[in-house]
This record gives sequence, C-alpha cells and structure tokens, in this order.
Amino acid sequence: MKTAAPLMRSVGQPVERIEDERLLRGRGEFVDDNHVPGLLHAAIFRSSVAHGRIRSIDAAAARRIPGVHAVYTSAEIGQTANGTIPRIPLRLAAMPQLERFGQPVIAHGKVRYVGEPLAIVVAETPAIAEDALDHIEVDIESLPAVVDRSATEGYLFEDFGSHSPITYTATKGSADAVNGPYVRREVFRIQRHSAVCLEPRGVVAIWDEAGPKLTVLGAAKIPFANRRMLAAQMDLPEECVDMIEGDVGGGFGVRGTFHPEDFLVPFAARRLRRPVKWIEDRRENLLNSNHAREVEVELEIVCERDGTILALRGEAWVNVGAYLRTSTAVPTRNVAQFTSGPYRIPNIRIASSMVLSNKCPIGTYRGPGRFEGDFCRERLFDMAARDLGIDGVEFRRRNLPSPKEMPYPLATVSPPEKAERLDSGDYEMTLQRCLAEIGWKEKEELRGKLIDGRYHGLGIGCFIEGGAAGPRENARMVLHPDGTVDVFVGSANVGQSVETTSAQIAADALGIPMARIRPFTGSTTYLKEGFGSYHSRSTVMGGSAILDAARNLKAAIAAAAAKRAGCSPAEVQIGEDLVISARGTRIPVAELGSDGVSAEGTFENLKHTHTYAYGAAAAHVAVDPRTGHVEVLQYVNVEDLGKIINPLTATGQAVGGVVQGLGGVFLEHLQYDDEGQFLTASFADYLLPSATDFPFIKAIVLEHSPAPDNPLGAKGGGEGGIVPVGGVVANAIADALRSLNVQPRELPLSPPRVWALVEARKGARA
Amino acid sequence: MKLPDFRYACPASLDEALQLLGDAGGSAKPLAGGQSLLPTLAFRLAAPGLLVDLRKIPGLDRIVVAKNGVQVGASVRWCEIERHEGLRTGHPLLHAAIRHVAHYQIRNRGTVGGSLAHADPAAELPGIAVTCEAQIELASPHGRRSVPAEKFFTGALSTLLNHDELIVAVRFPPWPALRRWGFEELSRRRGDFAIAGVAVFFDLDAAGRAANTHVGVIGAADRPFRLRAAEAQIDGTSVDAASIARAAAAAMDALDPQSDLHASGAYRRALVGTLLERTLAGALAGKGA
Amino acid sequence: MSNSKRIRFTLNGRSEETEVQVRTTLADCLRHDLKKTGTHLGCEHGVCGACTVIVDGAAVRSCLLLAVQAEGANITTVEGLALSDEAMSPLQASFRKHHALQCGFCTPGMLTTAHALLSDEPDADRDRIREVISGNLCRCTGYVSIVEAIYDARHAYKRKDVA
Repeated sequence: MKTAAPLMRSVGQPVERIEDERLLRGRGEFVDDNHVPGLLHAAIFRSSVAHGRIRSIDAAAARRIPGVHAVYTSAEIGQTANGTIPRIPLRLAAMPQLERFGQPVIAHGKVRYVGEPLAIVVAETPAIAEDALDHIEVDIESLPAVVDRSATEGYLFEDFGSHSPITYTATKGSADAVNGPYVRREVFRIQRHSAVCLEPRGVVAIWDEAGPKLTVLGAAKIPFANRRMLAAQMDLPEECVDMIEGDVGGGFGVRGTFHPEDFLVPFAARRLRRPVKWIEDRRENLLNSNHAREVEVELEIVCERDGTILALRGEAWVNVGAYLRTSTAVPTRNVAQFTSGPYRIPNIRIASSMVLSNKCPIGTYRGPGRFEGDFCRERLFDMAARDLGIDGVEFRRRNLPSPKEMPYPLATVSPPEKAERLDSGDYEMTLQRCLAEIGWKEKEELRGKLIDGRYHGLGIGCFIEGGAAGPRENARMVLHPDGTVDVFVGSANVGQSVETTSAQIAADALGIPMARIRPFTGSTTYLKEGFGSYHSRSTVMGGSAILDAARNLKAAIAAAAAKRAGCSPAEVQIGEDLVISARGTRIPVAELGSDGVSAEGTFENLKHTHTYAYGAAAAHVAVDPRTGHVEVLQYVNVEDLGKIINPLTATGQAVGGVVQGLGGVFLEHLQYDDEGQFLTASFADYLLPSATDFPFIKAIVLEHSPAPDNPLGAKGGGEGGIVPVGGVVANAIADALRSLNVQPRELPLSPPRVWALVEARKGARA
Repeated sequence: MKLPDFRYACPASLDEALQLLGDAGGSAKPLAGGQSLLPTLAFRLAAPGLLVDLRKIPGLDRIVVAKNGVQVGASVRWCEIERHEGLRTGHPLLHAAIRHVAHYQIRNRGTVGGSLAHADPAAELPGIAVTCEAQIELASPHGRRSVPAEKFFTGALSTLLNHDELIVAVRFPPWPALRRWGFEELSRRRGDFAIAGVAVFFDLDAAGRAANTHVGVIGAADRPFRLRAAEAQIDGTSVDAASIARAAAAAMDALDPQSDLHASGAYRRALVGTLLERTLAGALAGKGA
Repeated sequence: MSNSKRIRFTLNGRSEETEVQVRTTLADCLRHDLKKTGTHLGCEHGVCGACTVIVDGAAVRSCLLLAVQAEGANITTVEGLALSDEAMSPLQASFRKHHALQCGFCTPGMLTTAHALLSDEPDADRDRIREVISGNLCRCTGYVSIVEAIYDARHAYKRKDVA
C-alpha cells in the first residue's frame, strides 16, 4: 500500500462546529428531551438533617396518592443486590482502605448530609412525584454535625473513629531539612464551590425484561465506567446495559460522574418494568451534585535572598464532605501534587489530608487541586517577593525551569507512589508573552495608584494543567460505499466540541473533507471499550486513537481493493480524497463491498504519562476601598497547548475557563451553617458570573512545544484558563492595595471581604 | 421544581377579582406579572388554593404624569416605565431606580403592583415610594383607601394589604423640574437585589441651600425606610463636604442592619454611609444616577 | 374554575391547542405537552434565562409564566428562528461563526433574547447587549463570543424584511 502524505487542511483551522447546526435550531437532544412511550417520572426524597440516625421512614401516605406508582426506600433496595445497599465505588485513585467511605446509593442507618437520598418516588408526572414528597414521614435522631476540621468527635463513620480517611504526601528532595535566609508561612482558604453546569443532571432508564436489557439515556463523560459500576450494582452482565450519550449541557468534571440517582432510577425502572425519567432540579443540583474546592492550606516557602526557591512545604486539609464518590479522592491528591506548580523547586513536601464532614461529597471540578494550589502558591510568591524586595515577575522568571531542563521532575505523590514530570515547554516564553499582551510595562505606573476613588493593581501567575490520563482510548471507523466515514471514539461529548475536533483529526488523517465524516462519541454501543472525557484527555487520547484507526482503515481499504483487483495490497495506492487505484485502475469505494470497510484503532498510554500544557495569566484590577468592589479591567491568559486542533474552540474554552474561575474568585460559594444546613439552594444565592461581570477577557493559545508522548503533539487543554485565576486576581488586588499592605488569603473576594481587609489594615495603621 | 396544584381564575373586572379574593378567604393569591410569585410556588414556599390572574382587568396599566404628581397603575410593567419618555423628566429618580430592577426578561413581565405587594426589603420601587412619600391606592370589596408608602410596608415581605384587597396604583407627589436627586445601589451582580441602596433628593433655594431633603434606604432593614437623621444634616446647608460627612455619620449612627449570606451588618452599615455620600455629592453636581 | 384548562396560542406561526393543568408553566407546556424541546429549563425559578421565549414580541422567562397566561398569545421559540429547513437565520449563523456556544444548553435562551433585543433595538451597542443578556447565564463561553455574535448580527435587523 502506498499512501500520499495527508495534507493538513482542517486541523489547526478555525473550523465551524458540527454540533452547532442542531443546537442552534433547538434540535439538540438533551436528556430531558427524551419522550419515551409509557414514561414515568421520579422525584427524590432527601434528608433535611445533616447528621443523624434514621429511626423510621413511612411512605404509606405517599404511595396512596393517585398517580404514584411506587416509593422505594432502603428497605426495598436492600431486598435485592444480596441484601446489601450498593455503594458508589471510587473510580479514580481508588485504594482498598477507602472503600468503606463509598456513598450508599440510598441512605440507610444514618444520614450524613442535607440532601442525601432517602427515598425515590415514581409517578405519572413530575409534579405528582413532587407532591408525594410532602407525604413521606421520616424520623431521624439528630446527631451533632461536623462541618469543618475543628470537630473532635461525632465521627461520620463511628467504627472508623477519625475524621480523616487518608493523607497524600508529595515529596521531592528533603524539604523538612532545608534552611534558608528567608522563610514565610501562611494559611490560605478556598471556599466550597463547584461546576454547576447549566443543564441539571438527568437519567432516563428503560428496562426490557426480554433481553434483559437496561438502556440508560443521559450518560455523559465516562459511559463505559458508569456501565461497569451500574451493572455490578444491579447484578447484571455489562453487555446487558447500554449507556447512551445525548447532548450534554456542560461537563467540567461533575456531570457524568456516578451519583446516587444513577442507580436509583434504573432500579425503579427495573422494578416497575416501565421507563423512568428523573431530571435533577436546580435546588437538588446545588445540594447534591458533586461539590468541590473547599480547602485550607498552610504553606511555607524557603528562599535565598535573591529569590531562588529552596523549598516549599506545608499541609492541606480538603473538606471532602460525607462520602467518597467516584472522583472525591482526586482534589486532595492533586493539592499535594500541584501546589508547587510549574516552578523549579528542589525540595517539596506537601501533605494533603481528606477531612470528612456532614456536607455534600466533593469531586473533580475543572482544574481540580490546581485552582486551589495555584491560589496559595502564587499569593505566597508575591508576599515573598515583596518581603525580599524583588519584582514579582522577576521572582517567577528566576524560578521557572528552562526548556533545557525538560522533562522536569515534579514531586512524587504517595500513596500509591507515582512519579510525575513536566513534559516539554518554554515556560518563560509564555510569561513574557503574557506581560506583552496585557501591556505590563505601560501599566506599571498605575500600580497602587488611586484614580477616581479606586486603587489600580496588576497581578500575574504561572500555571500548568495536566492532561491525557488513562491507559488507552479506542476508535473505530467505517467507510461507507457512498464515501462517507463514520468515526466512533471513546471520548465523550460534554459540550467541549469533541465531535468537531474528532472529525477534523479524522478528515486530515484520511485526506478527505470534514463534510464526509460523521463523528459518534461516548455511547457504549459504539465500541467495545471506551474511557471518556476527564483530565483533558478527549482530544489527545481519542484523537490519537483516531489516527491509529485511520491508518488501519487505509490498510483495510488496501486489502479490500487488492482482493477486488486481484493484486497484492502493496500494489494499491490510496491518494488524496481516498481515491483508490490498483495497478493504475481506479476502484470506486462503492465496489469495496456493500457494508463498506471498517477498522479499529487504539492509543495506549500504559505508563500513564501526562501532557502538561502551561502558561501565564495576568490581570489589571481597580479596587474601590470604600465598598470593596473589584472591577477586572483586563485579564489575559496565554497557554501553550503543543498542537491546536481548532483555535476557535481552544480559545473559547480558555475564555470560558477564565470566567468560570472568576466566578470562583468573586461570586460562587456553597454555604452551610454550623448545623450543616445548606444555605445556597437557589440561583439567587449561588451566584454564577453573568455577562456584565467580566467583559474584558483575552485568551491566547499557542502551539510552541509539542507533547512528546503522543502522535498529535497535542497537550490536554480546556482546564488551563481556570487554574491560575485565584492567585492572579488576588495578587492584583494586593498590588492595588499595596499602600495598605492588604494581603488576601481567602476566597471568595466578595465586596464585604475586600472591604473588611481594607478596614482591618486601616485599623492597623491608625 | 414543579408548582403545587391550585385553581385558576382570570376575571375581567376589578370587582370580580376582588369578589374572588374575598370569597376565597385568604387562600387565594393575586397573580400579576408572576415574577416573584412563580419562584415562590416553584420552591413550594406557598400553596394557594386559587390564583386570580389580574391580566384582563382594565384600567390599571396607565402612567400619568401631571401637575399634581405622577400616577403609575398597578399592572404597569418595568419595561413600560423604562421606555416612558414623560417619566424621564416627570420623575427622573423613579425612572433611574427602575433601571436597576432585575433583567430584561423580568422587566418585560414584572409589575409595579406585584413589586409593592411582594415587599422585598431590597426592592427599588418600594424604596422610591417610601423616599418620595408616595401613596399606595388600594381597592377592596368594601371600597378604596390610600396608604402612605411608609406605613404600607410592615416588614420583610409583608404589607398592610388585606387578603381581599388589591393595589390599584401608586401616586407620587409632584416633582419640581430643578430638584436634585441621586440613586445608587451595590449588588453582587447587575440585576441582583441590592446589598443596600440609597435614594436622595433635595431642592435648592436661590442661595444654594438645600430644603425638603429626603433620604431613603433599601436592603438595610426589614423594609425600606427614610433616614431622617441624615436628612436633617442636609437641610439648610449648601450640601458641602462637611454636611455630607455629617449626614453619613448620622446615617451610620442610625443604622443597625442585618447580616445575611451576602454581607455582614457592619458592611451594610458602612456601605449605606458610602452610598449616601456619593449620592449626595452626585445630586449636588446634578448627576443623578 | 377547574385545575385544567384548554388553551390556544400561536407557536412559531402555527396555531396550537392543548389541554393543560393550570399549574403547568409555559416552559413545561412547550417541552412536555407540545414536545417542543428547544426551549430549555436550567433553574425553573427565573434566574438562568435558558427558557426565554418571545411572547407577543417581548422576551420572557417561560418558567415564570403559566401556560394558561399565554392563552391567545403569539409565541416564538428557538425552533421558530431559522429562515427555513435549509437556512439558519443570520443571528444563528453568527453564533456559529463566533463560536458563541459550547454545550448549547443556554443557547435557545440567548438566541430568543438577542432576537427580541435586535428586533426592537437593531443599533444596540456592546454594553446594551451585555446588559440585556445578563439575565441569561452561560457556563461555557465566558460570554465574550456571545456578545460578538449578537453584535455582528445587527445588520440583519436593520432591514425591514426580517421579522
């Protein structure tokens, strides 16, 4: 077989998206858009007590309401599945000692957070199901609530007898032994907030007794992994469960992870032998979908007088909530791994502990552990630079690894022990580009200046994001007689443009126009095995698998054409546009067989090496010291992604990530009171950024240093925008208020918090 | 988040609506724009047996700007106030404050009567009504009455309104063309309920002395209120920096705002002082809002 | 007075008639009774704007309107914006060009809001566009591309022949 070198014609271009036509016409198919014949509707009865022992649940009155088909509690669910209540297993960073903390799919014995499911009601309409919730009586003996790490008793799991299931430690060199001329130790806090996708979660479960076959609509992110969990919980072979992905209204780490309802709804459908739909409402979404981010970090830096960092050491406590769900372990682990960031730090020791509390379980949220770690580190760097009389930019420049130092080792995290390294890059280049883009030099004179009642300040930070997790990804291609190609890939579509980028990669690999590619993502019916979309992996892993599938498809085409022409595959030529010729005779695709030609492809990452996109971000803010209001006048994010598949979508994700991060810095806060009651169960109290909040965001994506470990050269992107925001903005605020030596150590930087910081310093100076 | 069950009526006249409300004996709720009522129902914080839709009642949708004052009908929507050219000069404070109400879509539905009846302590219209000594016109099966705004609001989300009573209109006293005024609020995001807000106006005599100073505050207590202690510091002065500072100090002395999710009481108190200084200075400069 | 009611309205130029529970919001009536699922529900309490539809020319939140309140109204939803099965409207095309959507869940509300705005105010500047769509939450884009897409579609509304 001879093939022409593929012409790169759509990869790298700002190609308009395949997804958009249907979404713009209102023809998307989100989970609640499924109207299945005979559909029943579920509502979840949830605990209003943060911590307590369940004495009784009486659903008799609810069951009697006309239109109610069933109410299931732990009593009914415990009758099946070997008499035990299934738990949600850890999917990421799983270890045997953590299994006991897995969330049961329905509360039994105890409730451990407000919002924990106690019963599922199934009725003719969603409204009747909700009506029935008011008729369920529950008797719970209240126990003292644990809301933070100051609690000494009242263990959530009494037989465990501790609030902390595990500590991860990141180690490099001998940080504890290092002494230096400059040392500073600070405590930082980040508030609980989360992804809060605009589309609430949902499940439609269809049970077919004859198969038996369970079809789940609304699958997202990791359909294959969720199938494995659900099949085990329901005691079904995996092949009896299909997880079908539709359009998904945002992922960001939360959507698509296994939650209790992902079991409860299929369970109800199977028991009732009727299709059942459950659509999370916004209150439930805020109460019960994975929370994230709540952490306290005590961090110490040791430097030479010239700003050379000698060591970074400290401890972190991540408030993980009441249970460990599938991804709960990741943020704690990542705080240990990534608090040291992209810098050359020879000695590191950061111990990060999970702390259980009577709050909703946490999980991964875009840039898990990195957003948190970056805030602490970049703040501490600015404090150190100020103490040492070194410019903050220069301080960072001195401590960034050079291209010659790549690959550069990060700290090793344990347990389980895993070494990690930065793969490639010119870190100072992105820093310099960022300074140039925001006009740092020209704006220097504004720093700390009071103009029309507001102090101006600049902030900067450097960051890395990680990408490309997982052992492998798979793809399959089918060339149809009409010359079109179906591309199936294990990457999942959560709104991140993976259909378009997959089609771009496939089109170029096959040398055909994108219009002839039909991408199919996610669903378990497409491939034998898939891994989905997390840890910025869908383009790198899925795209690399597509390259392999394209290579194999060409070989299969050559074999089919050879057979047709009665020659050897080596005598077949495949040209641009999949023009096939054998011994000089053109063979139309239609003649290769009525079923077309198909091939599979795989990309293996058995060593679990990760890509590291990297960059720098800068902000210019104006702070009103009288009201504490901060205006972000300009924010610039520069990131090197190694290889850009689509600059339109890469830039879009970067800008979106920045604004999401600004939400976490200024607005978003999932609040509980001291009794563990949840206080922010509406969009009037949980504040997402709106269009008027942060207008001046610029993102620049570069392809300077390709990833060494995948054939695309691409690095996982899409999380980088959010990672540095906390540190960058807080540094800009500190810079603006330098005359008062205001040092933000805690998020969110709401007007009342900034005002209080100013007042405290005014008091200190007076 | 589906609404609880209720019955629905859509009467064609005010009398019929009042009759329905009277007959229901407190279990009915009037439905105007629905922009506060429907979220309340969605969260199942209320369970009325009957909703009485006011949309077909004639005569409540007028804005009248006349020599004897400004009258705004209960079913007038925010977008109509926003677009009303006569109000821009006829009552610039009202016009400016309403620009802060919620968002585009809400302003297309939300009504004057609905906002007054809902009585959110941080809402703009109740605050302007109290600041301006507006009268709220009410109708019931027993007749009509007119209540000063300051008496109408009795606490957070509560008013003097009886269950068989409807708001017909709000009437503002005349607005002299040269009156100085200002309105400022601070909210977490544009369109959110304010953490606190301040409305001021005063008239200047030929010598540049302020008279008839009115200061109103929203978001800093369980209802909108006048800050008479601050007004007294401005009346008779040239609204110079010193009197503004005295007014702000008097305001802060008089205040003991509540803490909530979005701000501490101490912050609110300081914020009202700051906003008062800024609105007074802006008003003197003829800036408005 | 009963708890259900027969209603009629015009939806995207076609007359519709259906029996609804009076407690049904217009959003649920469109999505579940009429199976027009282009209109999305993101919060059901009037904050996110995903459910925005145009009722008698005005952009409103269909989760804060009972279906019975729309009796006799002329309603436009996202499904009614395209010029034809072949051609999207200039506004829709501009959203695609500017990558003004990622997951697409907020998009129906953004489009209806922008369509209502530009129909009334074809000269709306970027600040006005931002102010108007501040009642529509988007979690993906950061809004920058949405503002540009709407701004860039203004030309289509300056002609008389575009509804």
